[in-house]
Amino acid sequence: MQALADYLARTLALVRKELLALLKDRSSRMLLFAPALMQTLLFGYGATYDLTYVPYAVLDQSGGAAATELLARLDGTGVFKRAATLTGSGQIAGMIESGDALLAIDFPADFDARLASRQQAPLQVILDGRNSSTAALASAYIASIVAAYNQSRGAAPALAVVRRAWFNPNLESRWNLMPALIASLSMLQTLMLAALSVAREREQGTFDQLLVTPLTPLQILIGKALPAIFVGLIQSTIVFLVILFWFKIPFSGSVWLLYLGLLVFTAASVGIGLSVSALSLTMQQAMLYTFMLVMPLILLSGLLTAVGNMPRILQLATYANPLRFAIDLVRRVYLEGAGFSDVALDFVPLLGVAAVTLPLAAWLFRNRLA
Amino acid sequence: MNGAAATVVLEETRKTFAGPDGGTVAAVDGITMTIRAGELTALVGPDGAGKTTLMRMFAGLLRPDAGSLHVLGTDVAAAPQRVQDRISYMPQRFGLYEDLSVQENLDLYADLHGVPQDQRRERFARMLEMTDLARFTGRPAGKLSGGMKQKLGLACTLVRSPDLLLLDEPSVGVDPLSRRDLWQIVRQLIDQEQLSVIVSTAYMDEAERCARVFVMNKGRLLAEGAPDDLRKQARGLTFTATPPDGTPARTLQARLIDAPDQIIDAVPKGGNVRLTRQPDANPARLDALLHDAVVEPRPEELEDAFMMLLRRHEDRTAAPAAPVAVRARPAPGTANGSSDKPIIVVRDLVRKFGDFTAVASTSFDVVRGEIFGLLGPNGAGKTTTFRMLCGLLPATSGHLEVAGLNLRTARAKARGRIGYVAQKFALYGDLTVRDNLEFFGGAYGLRGQALKARVTASLTQFGLEPSAQSGLLPAGYKQRLAMATGLLHEPDILFLDEPTSGIDPLARRAFWRTITALAEGGVTIIITTHFMEEAEYCDRIAIQDAGRVLALGTPHQVREQAGDAAMDMDSAFIAIVEQGRARHNHREAAA
Repeated sequence: MQALADYLARTLALVRKELLALLKDRSSRMLLFAPALMQTLLFGYGATYDLTYVPYAVLDQSGGAAATELLARLDGTGVFKRAATLTGSGQIAGMIESGDALLAIDFPADFDARLASRQQAPLQVILDGRNSSTAALASAYIASIVAAYNQSRGAAPALAVVRRAWFNPNLESRWNLMPALIASLSMLQTLMLAALSVAREREQGTFDQLLVTPLTPLQILIGKALPAIFVGLIQSTIVFLVILFWFKIPFSGSVWLLYLGLLVFTAASVGIGLSVSALSLTMQQAMLYTFMLVMPLILLSGLLTAVGNMPRILQLATYANPLRFAIDLVRRVYLEGAGFSDVALDFVPLLGVAAVTLPLAAWLFRNRLA
Repeated sequence: MNGAAATVVLEETRKTFAGPDGGTVAAVDGITMTIRAGELTALVGPDGAGKTTLMRMFAGLLRPDAGSLHVLGTDVAAAPQRVQDRISYMPQRFGLYEDLSVQENLDLYADLHGVPQDQRRERFARMLEMTDLARFTGRPAGKLSGGMKQKLGLACTLVRSPDLLLLDEPSVGVDPLSRRDLWQIVRQLIDQEQLSVIVSTAYMDEAERCARVFVMNKGRLLAEGAPDDLRKQARGLTFTATPPDGTPARTLQARLIDAPDQIIDAVPKGGNVRLTRQPDANPARLDALLHDAVVEPRPEELEDAFMMLLRRHEDRTAAPAAPVAVRARPAPGTANGSSDKPIIVVRDLVRKFGDFTAVASTSFDVVRGEIFGLLGPNGAGKTTTFRMLCGLLPATSGHLEVAGLNLRTARAKARGRIGYVAQKFALYGDLTVRDNLEFFGGAYGLRGQALKARVTASLTQFGLEPSAQSGLLPAGYKQRLAMATGLLHEPDILFLDEPTSGIDPLARRAFWRTITALAEGGVTIIITTHFMEEAEYCDRIAIQDAGRVLALGTPHQVREQAGDAAMDMDSAFIAIVEQGRARHNHREAAA
């Protein structure tokens, strides 16, 4: 009992020192809160796949009523803005190349005539493929407007799709992206914080002073990991609160489950960060390794692109990526209100990564030789 | 003043910097001096004297804030490039490209200075021969030893023949052997090329070789003159005191240095104590101080005059760094009889890095309360040995016992019995003094009232301000904090890694006073140093070279082994290392 109290007291001394060092410095104090807040707002407003502004050019060779009506419907969406009215097909290339228009709509001269004679009337849409995702979205949008127009002319389609998007009724990409930020933004910070912690001490020579104390590698590990996990959870909370109260994305799950998942995930991130840190001799090295890791961690996480669309081999690689499972867990708990049994499998790889990286870091503290 | 015969002329030159606490610090505080051409000139002074700032101003890298500065007849502030075209400057840490080979470094600097191809071959050959680096032209600079790097730095500085050579503390952190080589090169250059050289140094024996010496402290010029003239200031004040048999020289030295109103300076040397008395010392009190020692006058040296100037200037500017009062603590479990039992046992200790043997089969014992010095040239394995002793580096093989605990099996427990003071400040700079002490106290298992009591005691003992930010403390106080931290848990053994490099001679005296007091209190001290004269404070020393222990014993025994018990420690060191190398080469040749 006495021995345990002693053990904990020594570990606590280190935790206290780590927190003090973190909070003493004004710039690092700022770093704890400002980036998470700023990035959440940036992502919320900046990173959206939803179409809000599509400039287009029109070449109306038909001059008929059908073209006018279709264009009116297009303008009525509020998304499509006419950038130019062209007079010859030669002008299309210039408009697209300069980027003044994202797409050009070409009504052939016989457009009205063909409609009147109940023939199929082709309508040409030229898209700027340099921005493929926006172009695809815009063309799908036009297709749906055309379909609606067809319907209004009484051309009943053979099949009609009625869609209901669950968990995100308006299919806003913000709803998809932002809950994932609760995991990914805090990962960036905790990874960097953990990666610098041991490397900074090595660079400044304080690590030797720490190693000559009777603290065991496990105690050092706990002392280094707890403050970093704590900071990670604070960051997650900041993102969570901004999403919930500022962007008003409704939370449908259990806060406890969310935080249990985040705790395990942050421990895994800290494990990766501390391993990187224990491997580095200087802060510069630690920084470099972290940047090298962050890109694949984000790309293979399903944050921006679905994991299911990746080649088989990359999909396998995502199993080593804690962020993938954290994002899955957070999205499902947040949007669909998943319970523990629904996301239990997400915990397995998260615990796996933590169980490998944390002991590895502890071992490296003493066995990484200068 | 004759412009043609002067290389550097300063008039009331000042340079101030922003201090760490927001105030300003005058690094060079209104200095007027004229440095003559064709001579070897030394700027001497403790750390923070302003030597490096002066050098950087001479080289046109800093502009003076006030006053004028002419180098080679040109106003440096107005036309730095014109001056830089004619001088060569070697900063303290020369910018060698560690991944480039010796030859590539030379080529690079020759390119940078636009040395024509036809001159290069001859110049390179000469530089490589002088520096003895011809064998290593293909080796990456990063793989050279500290001394060789310094020589390569000098060679790169001298790829062209300058009108003025500036060397900023070229021998700092360089062992005596490399130091001697470096000075031979400089000497040759002066003799053969009539070069004007300005060198800054903290070593008096180096200043002694210069034609003219400028003594500085805290941005002020204290004195100038030929070494012989400066030395005369201490005439009649210098003595050697021989303690009675059985009394260590450092006990007498401690008594003397504790009486600054009578004694300017006292250092142990060759079993005796070299002392300088105050000119107005009271004969009766002096006699009482020295009482049973045999006192003989000795010829004055430059160091005596230097210490005198320094002590006087310090007295006027600030209270001298008082030695730390150390409470003598009866060592646990040591009655007088059992103190011979070794507290550190090293048997056949080996450390290999890959196929490189850093420490080869080393054995020695250290007794409780002993001051044990580990000495050796750069790369000799003393740091490796030291790191193994304090548990920072696992041994490849051998037996290592610290405070009765096997360092291989009871590491954490053994570490609890030792204190460690790193070479450079290794505490948390962002934290306050108290935070640092409390953290390390906690790490050593001190809690609650016990912790509070120890922290308070350390703060008073070392005269530290608890709320000061550790990183902003002056160097001397940083070291006090490091010592306080190392001693907080009252360890049996204190490990000190080159604790005196980079601190000025006055602070060094005070530091050693603390160490000797600790040893009297029963703490065992293991210390590495490259100041050979500091070996005199040790009870026993080990000299290592190429991983092997060449000499082990009291300073007196080591000097005898070197061939002459009366020689100074630097020469003894050089002799022993050279003997060792000769034996080794001989054995290799025979094999």
